[in-house]
Amino acid sequence: MTPSDSSTDMPRRAPLPRLPGWLLMPSLAWLGIFFFIPLLLVLVISFAARGTYGGVEWTFSLANYATLLDPLYLTIFVRSLALALGTTAFCLLLGFPLAYYIARAPLRWQGIWLLLVMIPFWTNFLVRTYAWMFILRTEGLMNTVLMNLGLVASPVEILYTDGAILIGLVYGYLPFMVLPLYAALARLDYSLVEAAWDLYASAWNVFWRVILPLTKPGVIAGCILVFIPSLGAFITPDLLGGARTMMLGNLIQHEYLVVRDWPFGSAISFVLMALVLLGMMVYLEVDRGRGDGRRPSVW
Amino acid sequence: MGLNSVEIREVVKYHGTVLAVDHLSLEVRRGEFFSILGPSGSGKTTTLRLLAGFERPDQGEILIEGRSMREVPPNLRPVNLVFQSYALFPHLTVFGNIAFGLEMRRIARAETQSRVHAALGMVKLGSKHDRMPSQLSGGEQQRVALARALVNRPAVVLLDEPLGALDQQLRQEMQVELKAIQEQVGITFIYVTHHQEEALTMSDRVAVMDHGRVLQIGSPQDIYESPVSAFVANFIGLSNLVEGRIASMTDARCTVSVPDLPTILVRRPGGVVEGSQVTVVLRPERLSLARDVHRNGFDNTVPARIDKTIYNGSEMHYLLRLSNSALWKVRVPNSGAEQKRFLNGEAVFVRWNADEGVILSE
Repeated sequence: MTPSDSSTDMPRRAPLPRLPGWLLMPSLAWLGIFFFIPLLLVLVISFAARGTYGGVEWTFSLANYATLLDPLYLTIFVRSLALALGTTAFCLLLGFPLAYYIARAPLRWQGIWLLLVMIPFWTNFLVRTYAWMFILRTEGLMNTVLMNLGLVASPVEILYTDGAILIGLVYGYLPFMVLPLYAALARLDYSLVEAAWDLYASAWNVFWRVILPLTKPGVIAGCILVFIPSLGAFITPDLLGGARTMMLGNLIQHEYLVVRDWPFGSAISFVLMALVLLGMMVYLEVDRGRGDGRRPSVW
Repeated sequence: MGLNSVEIREVVKYHGTVLAVDHLSLEVRRGEFFSILGPSGSGKTTTLRLLAGFERPDQGEILIEGRSMREVPPNLRPVNLVFQSYALFPHLTVFGNIAFGLEMRRIARAETQSRVHAALGMVKLGSKHDRMPSQLSGGEQQRVALARALVNRPAVVLLDEPLGALDQQLRQEMQVELKAIQEQVGITFIYVTHHQEEALTMSDRVAVMDHGRVLQIGSPQDIYESPVSAFVANFIGLSNLVEGRIASMTDARCTVSVPDLPTILVRRPGGVVEGSQVTVVLRPERLSLARDVHRNGFDNTVPARIDKTIYNGSEMHYLLRLSNSALWKVRVPNSGAEQKRFLNGEAVFVRWNADEGVILSE
């Protein structure tokens, strides 16, 4: 009984064969020309200044970045972060039970449920967001139902608030949470759940001590997939948040297309990207400290 | 509380429309090593899951330590299950796995430490407490799974084919060890297996199950020496089944007439009547072979022809064709004497004493 025979107990999938390096060239060329160079341009422009008629004046200054410290813009940053975090939290809370249910359903039903989760993607996002306007507005579906049921006396003002943005973002990004969670839960060996239950764990402890730790990669993947796009979202806040509220995505769009201040818009884009990168690096550092160091990052 | 650790009373369990457990009643005594033996689909694993609480009986009742388990969820039952796949938590160390149950019951840290290390010592894994399950061999994982159950000192340990994934050698070592551990801790073990050798080697009593029902309960010796039915006789070891009619009886013996064979003398069981149709079980290792008809004091001598010989190292396996064209199996220890081996096609006599045969009661 040596540890080496453990390799014979579980069949391991053979690693994929290595491919010749030149196969990478097309994708490297594509990314280089259409992704990296434009990004570099944005970085350069972020240090320039706005021309009188909206062009770019090639000077070097950090003025654009300094402008961002203005409370007006800081508020937008904080609101965007809060909405993105809230969206992620709600997606996780709603998505986990849903993904668990799907993963434990009979195999034939799993496919049907997953299809239902993905079907909204077949319709244009803009159209679906307009549908939410009809649901949420003062004389909309939600208020009609609530009033007819006698739950509220007067219509709830929800459209054009942060609440409406939150609802729209959760709706839009829930599938991005459910799919990785489902993948993680479908892989979970259910006998581990039974083992924990058998070993005196309450339902709460089964979840916290066994299910959650073992599906952590799926939770993290889902959170990243929801958090990043909702931080930069602009259609949802634009339509559901109305003119009074702005998120970073709207601000960038506004600077580029309305104010035509490309340098300032570029600076906002870069700060947004830096925030996301920073968050992920902190997470990776924390995770590496805890893990055994052999695994690459999960996503 | 009586002598019984577990009582199963008239339990019925359906899986959809399939009857998995059919009016099952069982009593397991405290401190007993009790095996449930049966082929796959016999309901033995369902019975274990009913005891663990993962499934609820459709009818009937289960008592553990005299307490009805009707409304008791798995986490509040005084039983622990050793899973077939071990089900070790891959994100916890060996120590973390074994301590899990104690932590869930909020046992003080110092006591947890000492109990986990005692359990590790018992399964001979003392030095491996900080390993992850993936770093252990199959046999070591099996030991961790056992320790994880024993450390809680439950009233009953349930074991679901725990040796199934191990190779033959390790399986035999573990049988001896498992039995020794059970005797040492004195906890009731209920052991589910389809492997007859495991059940016979370790158990105080064995229940043979098929189609959700218990066919026979008894000591390994009872089950092997006096099977009640052809199913039990065939499932526990190899047997030759001979159908015949009781021609005459004395106090101790029956004479059974078999079509196209000489009459057979068999020990007389209780409750048989002259003229009734019976099945006689003859174990292959209780028969001996000879080239001449000379009786040598055997009660029965039947002519046959060698149909096939299989060399098995420790034994010779012979397949014999009898005059009524039945095929019998005979096993002879390999004594090493070349001239005593029989060859294909050779005419021989099968010999045995009346006490070696058993008349099935069903």
